[in-house]
Amino acid sequence: MIAALPVSEHFTATRNACKLCTPLGACLAFSGIEGAMPFLHGSQGCSTYIRRYMISHFREPMDIASSNFGEHTAIFGGGKNIRLGLANVIEGYHPTMIGIATTCLSETIGDDVKMFLHEFRKDHQGEALPHLVHVATPSYTGTHATGYHDAIRAIVDVLAQPGPTIKGVVNLIPGMLSPADLRWLKDVVTDFGLQPILLPDYSDRLDGGTWSEYKKLPPGGTTIQQAARMGQAEATLEFGFTTNEATSAGTLLEKKFGVPCSHMGVPMGVALSDALFDKLSQISGRPVPVKYQGRRGRLIDSFIDAHKYVINKRVVVFGEEDLVVGMTAMMAEVGLKPVLCSSGGKSKKLGESIRAVAPEIADDCEIHEGVDFEEIAEHAKQLEPDLLVGNSKGYKLARELNVPLMRVGFPIHDRIGGARVLHVGYDGAQTRFDSIANGLLEMRQHDSDVGFTYF
Amino acid sequence: MTTTDILEGRKAHIHEKGAVPFNIACEKQSVAGSVSQRACVFCGSRVVLYPIADALHVIHGPIGCAAYTWDIRGAWSSGPQLHRMSFSTDLQEKDVIYGGEKKLYQALVELIEHYRPKAAFIYSTCIVGLIGDDVEAICRRISAETGVETIPVHSEGFKGSKKDGYSAACNALNQLVGTGDTNGISPLSINILGDFNIAGETWVIKDYYERMGVEVVATITGDGRVDDIRRCHGAALNVVQCSGSMTQLATMMKEKYGIPIIRASYFGIEDMSKALYDVAEYLNDKTVMRNTQNLVRDEVSKLVPQLRKYKKDLKGKRAAVYTGGAFKALSMIRSLRTLGMKTVIAGSQTGNQQDYARLQELSDEGTIILDDTNPLELAKFLEEKKADLLIGGVKERPIAYKLGLGFCDHNHERKIGLAGFEGMLNFAKEVHGTVTSPVWKLAALHRKDVWSATSRQHRQGDES
Repeated sequence: MIAALPVSEHFTATRNACKLCTPLGACLAFSGIEGAMPFLHGSQGCSTYIRRYMISHFREPMDIASSNFGEHTAIFGGGKNIRLGLANVIEGYHPTMIGIATTCLSETIGDDVKMFLHEFRKDHQGEALPHLVHVATPSYTGTHATGYHDAIRAIVDVLAQPGPTIKGVVNLIPGMLSPADLRWLKDVVTDFGLQPILLPDYSDRLDGGTWSEYKKLPPGGTTIQQAARMGQAEATLEFGFTTNEATSAGTLLEKKFGVPCSHMGVPMGVALSDALFDKLSQISGRPVPVKYQGRRGRLIDSFIDAHKYVINKRVVVFGEEDLVVGMTAMMAEVGLKPVLCSSGGKSKKLGESIRAVAPEIADDCEIHEGVDFEEIAEHAKQLEPDLLVGNSKGYKLARELNVPLMRVGFPIHDRIGGARVLHVGYDGAQTRFDSIANGLLEMRQHDSDVGFTYF
Repeated sequence: MTTTDILEGRKAHIHEKGAVPFNIACEKQSVAGSVSQRACVFCGSRVVLYPIADALHVIHGPIGCAAYTWDIRGAWSSGPQLHRMSFSTDLQEKDVIYGGEKKLYQALVELIEHYRPKAAFIYSTCIVGLIGDDVEAICRRISAETGVETIPVHSEGFKGSKKDGYSAACNALNQLVGTGDTNGISPLSINILGDFNIAGETWVIKDYYERMGVEVVATITGDGRVDDIRRCHGAALNVVQCSGSMTQLATMMKEKYGIPIIRASYFGIEDMSKALYDVAEYLNDKTVMRNTQNLVRDEVSKLVPQLRKYKKDLKGKRAAVYTGGAFKALSMIRSLRTLGMKTVIAGSQTGNQQDYARLQELSDEGTIILDDTNPLELAKFLEEKKADLLIGGVKERPIAYKLGLGFCDHNHERKIGLAGFEGMLNFAKEVHGTVTSPVWKLAALHRKDVWSATSRQHRQGDES
């Protein structure tokens, strides 16, 4: 990593954050369970803002309940509100699970949510209650990615059950990916003759069809039964470059139930996808299905067809840390040159992860953790990139620099189809690569006086 | 779905016109667990002050509140764009333990030095209210040291509802009003209050008033400027559109400077025309009145023929309206009538008794009136009343789409101006484009014979 170029000023304030808060991540994770309802313990605004934010990306109904703190609640505690709130959610929605995440408010007044839930269960003894899964998500620690991973671990902790190993069942803990990614992963595992249990699985719930009548809770998701069987799976595959392996959901399954966990990179690009296919081949004892060999072949062929248009093009990558690492790996494979990799997250693993997946570029690439968009902009302007890769929030910078922005990750607010962006596997690499190459070609046409039609 | 039971705590907030004498519960804290569409105190203050484009807006708290409101609104500025930045003290755990005052002070010194704003608004979020940072003292110190007026906004999310946030914003604005020079302001002058320049709407309204020969001293807060607000007490009249957000400021100005208040709405032909005539009548100037008559005649005669083709297709269609304030819902009902449509559901997040009384007066028999509703209730009534269109904000949109009916965004995030006479034409196009779209014929609601969910999953498997 080269020394960071001098930035004119350091700001104490965050100016246009390149991250979101922990409760958002928890709500997204909870959305992946069939019949589940996310519930935020705190002020009304948190749930409304997060709903609005997620609706504009997924363009799907996104109900998140709240315990609706008032001034009294902040002083006397949220016990009464959480009890009433849960009862109302149960009455209104009949959920199978309620995922309860705290906010900075309830965390700071020291609400003992665990005890509240215990009391709630006692009050409703003999009634069939939904599963109540609680995760602490004070928004002054970590980012939305932290909230996401902590919620997944909380779900596993409550729902997974022990039992004899069921042959062929494989847990897949994919991290913050798109519904399209989740669908792709399920298909791949199934094509190896294995039974995948994906946690979470919001592939239908946050990217579904139209309804003939309104559904209180969107159909789809990891069933409670599947989540219970995660303790009896043959293996767990957990993706993530920057997650804390010691406290991850996969590690918990290994410690609690002896399900062996393979911690793997998020399969973006050829090498990381190959690693996933090798692993599945090993678990299933089957060769890689022919159709995937074909797709891999077509992908490499397209890399060759377009290699001249992308070689040494300078790219700025930003967003959630695992996404940044995965995208960087994929781009380095085709000769693109990530010159700046940046995230608002602070796992302290971004640099080492990028060096591991893309050693060839790491020496010439600035890597910044814990930055905001104004810092990214300041560095990016000095580095004169040809392309930006990241979420919609980079549009301001793309416009300033007059370069294309290839939209990946979350949020994608200014385009249709945020939920259907495929990032993973050979197919993800294919669509990403085509879109990068075509973005660069379009820029060449745009900048050309002549306007060639052949390339 | 139509069998959905209404939560006990919600029943008093729903009224069906004609069934029983009018009595609706409103202006209450949302019921816990009811999935209200409302936001919080912080949201209320932020939306009101947001369009002041040459001020620094700094959110003191953890990152979420700032991140979710970054450049979220369609409030345009004709000059500076500072309001579109998202500044936050991004409090971390150690700040919560030891207090965030030092961090806030340091952040403000740097931001003011770099951005040189005309004033700064510092929003307190939930957690700041709890840890007890003395934001006011820091603002005083920063004002003294930098010469840039730094104003605390008491917007802790839990301190009430969105309306209490409006009040906090008005208190903050009131610190600016009366601090500027009023020399040279015409006696035929007004302030435009409670229009937020969504997609340039304030410019449209301002242009109308100026064509009437009326000087607009300040637009609060659409395309707002600190110096205009400082001298807005020199205007002869305050014209308030969004009464929920701005009545308090107007009342303060009435008490202190004797400036009278009139209410206005800029949506739809009747309300837009009335808003202009009301000002002309109040100013009681012959030229202004003549200009107004000409303006309204010109605009209306230009607009009406253009509406005909839309009206033809929309006649008899049924609409549901769910807005932030209830006063706006009245204009929506009238505008929909102009297009030949019938409103079957009308509701708001923050209406008061008086608003709802007028709403039910204007409504047809059987109209459902809703206060602080939620997705389940909305869906239930949309199905029951067989609506063809829902007017609302981003959070309401997927409810309409999933049910296979049209949607028109009338929230502050839209990018199309719907105010004024030209706005009415945009509204007609918007409504027409969504209600008559052929996509609804393909939606599940109208195609009950399509494959079931299970077979859909099979197909997904085959596609790859």
